[in-house]
Amino acid sequence: MAKFTGKKGKKLAGFSTASMGDIVFILLFFFMVTTTMRETEVKVRTEVPKASELVKLDRKDLTVYINIGPPIASEQARYGTDTRIQLNDSFKTVDDIRNFIAAFREGLDEKDRPYMTTALKIDKETKMGVVSDVKEELRRCQALKIMYNAIKAE
Amino acid sequence: MARKKKEMPELNGAGMSDISFLLLCFFLMTSSMDQSMGIHRVLPPIPPPDQKIENQIKGHNVLQVLVDGQDRLSVNAKVMDLSDLKDAAKEFILNPTNDPSKSTKKDEEIPGVGMYKVSEAVISLQNVRSTSYEAYLRVQDELTKAYNELRDEAAREIFGRKFADLDNAQRDAITKIYRQRISESPPKDTRKNKN
Repeated sequence: MAKFTGKKGKKLAGFSTASMGDIVFILLFFFMVTTTMRETEVKVRTEVPKASELVKLDRKDLTVYINIGPPIASEQARYGTDTRIQLNDSFKTVDDIRNFIAAFREGLDEKDRPYMTTALKIDKETKMGVVSDVKEELRRCQALKIMYNAIKAE
Repeated sequence: MARKKKEMPELNGAGMSDISFLLLCFFLMTSSMDQSMGIHRVLPPIPPPDQKIENQIKGHNVLQVLVDGQDRLSVNAKVMDLSDLKDAAKEFILNPTNDPSKSTKKDEEIPGVGMYKVSEAVISLQNVRSTSYEAYLRVQDELTKAYNELRDEAAREIFGRKFADLDNAQRDAITKIYRQRISESPPKDTRKNKN
């Protein structure tokens, strides 16, 4: 009997949560490494088309983003549903691209300037007229390396 | 009684996980997962105003690809399905039967390979202002695929390996053989240049 009664006094070993913090920290580091900070608030819908022959963008710091698409739902009351160009945080016109590119180029290191890439994030329903205007303007700004953003097609 | 060791007070680690959860949430909210991927292109520079425009490219070396306002594709004025474009482009560039209506080849010295018959084909991509971006990019994608497959085939033939597995010098050589020559002209109904 003593065999059974002896157990009564013992308490259940406490469940240690000390390592849970470590696990969460590992998760945290994972997210810190794999994600990038969102620099600007996107105000246009940019549902990029699917493509199969994609190449990764290698130097994110040398990349300037141009978003083109219809304003998102919360901005439509003010800006309508026509296709807009977003540079940094605000809607701009094709003519503002010149200054925008020039400002970005100024901020780069001299030796990195030829490698500057313009990433065009364009909604798939956009008409090519706007895209051509932007491309022509980029040619005039000597920003010749461009990338059409797309997502991987299955 | 004197033997009994005084235990160290245990540090409570439960709060640490809360703190790191908060941090984790912060990073989840402020960062984005999306990897920037896409199709790279180099725009042609604006020619100096005094440059004479010469039509140096012979007509049979040009593959005319047009995407119209209803996103229909036509190649050399013939309607074509998008799924056939890649093979048509490959056949036009390779021209295995030496068809005089398709592209010609020119002997060129390729470093590391020697003399090679390089195709002079140029793909001219034309669209109108009301073409949708999706249709345009699909066409660009198919053309890129055609070039990538040609490069892969050449890499296998010359070096016996896939293009992706080559070293830099070999890759440059293959790229020289199949240079992406996609020429785009602005849509015909485009606005006039301001300067």
